[in-house]
Amino acid sequence: MIRPLMLSAALLLAAAPAFAADARRDAILADYAKADSGHTGFSASRGESLFRTQWKGGDERTPSCTACHTDNPRQNGRNAKTGRPIDPVAVSVNSKRFTDVDLVEKQFTRDCKSVLGRECTPREKGDYITFMMGQ
Amino acid sequence: MRKFILAAGLALIALPAWAGDDWMPPVTDPLVKKECGSCHMAFQPGFLPARSWNKMMDGLADHFGEDASLPADKAAAIRAYLVNNAGDVAGQGRARKAMGRLSSADTPIRITDTPDFQRKHRLPDWRWKDPKVVTKSNCPACHVEAERGLYEDD
Ligand code: HEC
Repeated sequence: MIRPLMLSAALLLAAAPAFAADARRDAILADYAKADSGHTGFSASRGESLFRTQWKGGDERTPSCTACHTDNPRQNGRNAKTGRPIDPVAVSVNSKRFTDVDLVEKQFTRDCKSVLGRECTPREKGDYITFMMGQ
Repeated sequence: MRKFILAAGLALIALPAWAGDDWMPPVTDPLVKKECGSCHMAFQPGFLPARSWNKMMDGLADHFGEDASLPADKAAAIRAYLVNNAGDVAGQGRARKAMGRLSSADTPIRITDTPDFQRKHRLPDWRWKDPKVVTKSNCPACHVEAERGLYEDD
């Protein structure tokens, strides 16, 4: 009786970290925290408003992040410029999200210019990732 | 003799049924797939001549309005792949027709600007306006096997 119980507990434990901590994501966040002057922690709600705000600052096809990533980060998105499908950006659905620093930086640069018409700040980037980690 | 028959048989099996005139050898290089396939489909290099790919790779900082710059080592590897497999270099499948229709004076950087593309896409406006299409370069919206180089399903 106890054996199967222990086994399933162990399996549960093994499965859980799939969408929890990732050292590479932590390192990316730590870098943004360091670059954020007067840093007092990242905020998921600021990240959410970055994600949902209609900035209309860049390309007219992409007034907001949601134009490509959709209102629901757990859903598939679609590139509003090219029509190409985009995998969900929520960490709970896609545990590889925000773990490759080159990809993260490249995409923030492109996507922020396209939506806000400028680069995102380290604080905005940290907020965005923090929001997606809770999604 | 046996060996020959075997080899001929294997060659037949290896040549897929769809390796006709409209087949375009798909992109196999993982770096090209990843970098060129992130925002749009990784288009087969056979659709453009080498001079076009060189021009495109020279202008990544303004890639149809997008800054698609890459680290120099990656850009060089991608350029080499595109040029080596360009329509006028490898010339397999559809590439032969596509290159035949292109004037040597032209260096298009949009596949949709090539005479071969335009000839095959004289379609009513409503088909382009279908919301799943978004833009003419979104091949897989209609050609569901485009990434595998299959375009005969129109
Ligand atoms: C033009 C469409 C488009 C818009 C608008 C857009 N993105 Fe993206 N985003 C993409 C694509 C394409 C990818 C790369 C493909 C993928 O990661 O699935 C991506 C990926 C990302 C990544 C990398 C994710 C990872 O896996 O590490 C970040 C970060 C990102 N986007 C942030 C943003 C932010 C912030 C905004 C709004 C300011 C935004 N995006 C708006 C298309 C877009």
